[in-house]
Amino acid sequence: MNAISEAWGYLPNYLSSHVLLSMSALLLGLLLSLPLAVLAARYRRFGGVVLTLAGIVQTIPSLALLALFYPLLLLLSEFTLETFGFSFRALGFLPALLALTLYSMLPVLRNTVTGLGNIERSVKMAARGVGMTPWQSLTLVELPLAAPVIMAGIRTAAVWVIGTATLATPVGQTSLGNYIFTGLQIENWVFVTFGVVAAAGLALVIDRLLALAESGLALRSRNRIVAAAIGLVVVVGASLYPMLAVPRHAVVIGAKNFEEQYILAALIRDRLSAAGIESRERDDLGSSVIFRALAAGDVDVYVDYTGTLWSNAMKRTDAPGRKAVQDGVAAYVMDKHGIRDLGALGFENAYALAMRKDKAEALGIKTLSDLAAHAAQLRIGGDFEIFSRPEWKAVMDAYGLRFAVRRQYQPNLMYSALMSGDVDVITAFSSDGRIAEYGLTLLTDPKGALPPYDAIMLVSPAHAHDTAFLNALKPLIGAIDLKTMQRANLMVDRPDNKLSPTQAARWLEQTLAH
Amino acid sequence: MIELQGITKAYPGAGAPSVSALDLAIEDREFLVLIGESGSGKTTTLNMINRLVEPTSGNIRVDGEDALAADPVALRRRMGYVFQGAGLFPHLTIAENVGITPRLLGWPKPEIEARTDELLALVRLAPEEYRNRFPRELSGGQQQRVALARALAARPHIMLMDEPFGALDPLIRDDLSEDYRRIHGDLGLTTIFVTHDMTEAMLLGDRIAVMKDGLLVQVGTPNELLNAPADDFVRALIETPKTRARRLAQALRDAP
Repeated sequence: MNAISEAWGYLPNYLSSHVLLSMSALLLGLLLSLPLAVLAARYRRFGGVVLTLAGIVQTIPSLALLALFYPLLLLLSEFTLETFGFSFRALGFLPALLALTLYSMLPVLRNTVTGLGNIERSVKMAARGVGMTPWQSLTLVELPLAAPVIMAGIRTAAVWVIGTATLATPVGQTSLGNYIFTGLQIENWVFVTFGVVAAAGLALVIDRLLALAESGLALRSRNRIVAAAIGLVVVVGASLYPMLAVPRHAVVIGAKNFEEQYILAALIRDRLSAAGIESRERDDLGSSVIFRALAAGDVDVYVDYTGTLWSNAMKRTDAPGRKAVQDGVAAYVMDKHGIRDLGALGFENAYALAMRKDKAEALGIKTLSDLAAHAAQLRIGGDFEIFSRPEWKAVMDAYGLRFAVRRQYQPNLMYSALMSGDVDVITAFSSDGRIAEYGLTLLTDPKGALPPYDAIMLVSPAHAHDTAFLNALKPLIGAIDLKTMQRANLMVDRPDNKLSPTQAARWLEQTLAH
Repeated sequence: MIELQGITKAYPGAGAPSVSALDLAIEDREFLVLIGESGSGKTTTLNMINRLVEPTSGNIRVDGEDALAADPVALRRRMGYVFQGAGLFPHLTIAENVGITPRLLGWPKPEIEARTDELLALVRLAPEEYRNRFPRELSGGQQQRVALARALAARPHIMLMDEPFGALDPLIRDDLSEDYRRIHGDLGLTTIFVTHDMTEAMLLGDRIAVMKDGLLVQVGTPNELLNAPADDFVRALIETPKTRARRLAQALRDAP
């Protein structure tokens, strides 16, 4: 019941973003596809090219299409900044809008071309015969006659776009997908189900209204068309209404895709809110996306880990010790990007290879060197990032690790995979409460191949000197030790008596206050 | 007066031209029937008069004006056109179909409504009963009456008709063609009427123009064609009504 009421609480925000995104994409898609389709119906060769291109877009996995628009827009934004002196936000609404717009085009194009093509020659001849110009023939005769078929295409596009918009969450656009991505991560199935039902419900309502409009067009019933239009305005208007209440220039708190990040984002939000600063959250961002978004000002604050930046952004492979890495990172982000490193929170969340205790003892594995001797017979599970990160390559090379099988999971599902025996080793996070909970064996790194991963708070260039902002967050620096963070993480991760990230953040705050 | 001077229509890659160097003058208030077999070029000739088909070469003058230099859309709005199989707009009501050309010409709404009712009455469809119906609710003969009203709506004095009654039942067909012949006279129209039925041609036409393989074979009144056919083809064609009448009489005599 608790989870359901919490899910309800997010609905106005998620639904309004979802509706704004999907309806904008649909409208933009229509504005592009209708003229293209009219030209395509008239010039066959052009039509072939357009339909083929739209078909190819459709074969790109939708999540990849959304993901690709972020770097493209980032490049474009850098270009416009250099050339014309302005930049725009490459993360969030814009990439999601463009990807969904492209995605919506095929059904509208195809149905419009078909609808126009199916009009009897005699009717088109009659239109010319009574003295219509080509434009009058199109608008007074051909489009009205093709309208029911075009409308059917619009319905298909609407359902696709509303469903696919749930995938906009990882590119930083809030949508009903936030329920699904966050729910999957924290194993909150109420959230996942809520997101699915909300998205499906929205798609169903819009589809029924468009179906009413379609039948109105087919039967030439003005009443049906008017009723459908009123219905659409009411549904879209009502779901967008909460947007008016959200301040437009709220700061953006970023979060990667695991529990600790959600908790810390909630903690930051509460801190800012106490200082009277309005904020929004962008969850489920990848490690390099979130860092670039911070540098570009699409995200204003988030928590990263020194080793991640050391290896990935700075491309360093040496490990000179915790302090040296911290200082190096702080200097680098400021010099290179104008990003302010507020300091370390007080705990480390390192990548560490973990095994079930019984298995580790049976094989006599305590260190990564021990693991190397057995790796060829073992299966390893990791999150989506680790196998393509430089740290992983460094560890593989340092110990000569070669595994029999490699699998990738949502971070939280790795632990289930390890406990159920689907994999033998996982790339765990050292601050994860489940390491202690499940009594996992963490393998030591005698060669020091992995860098330290101190949690640090990073602030965007725009707020690097914003005193009120920085003062609101400074009390968190050095305030959270590993034990406390592990306990907070476990509250969200444990199978029974689960707390939401917001609740865990509240607990954390109370603990810090004492 | 419509003058066709040496008009030719050749489609690229189609071999012989559809219409070759055709000369024909149609007087005001004349009812001219264009007759020929399928593919003889009669519909192409008709369509070149309002430039639904652009001639490859030649001149067309309508009331002394060069039709090929005129705006084709304006030209079409000045002439009525009745298509084979009506060609009504299925998404428009009967009244909207009839009023379409006046609407394109920007007539005021009340005037269009009055004209529509007037025309529906002229083609013998009760306005209050048919005005708001859709074409699919009408029989083929009724649809063709609406098509006729639509062609007359903007008060053209030239009517182009492409086998307008060809697809109708014989009784309805006779009924309609009699009605139209009356309207042609009453309104002082100039009509060019395409058909492949010689009986219809002889009943309706002041003059008949016979076409074969894109060429104009002979033009004349029904009597001139009967008395002095230009060749065996025209003779055979012009005699079909008589031949059929004879065969019919024979068949009735022989019947038990």
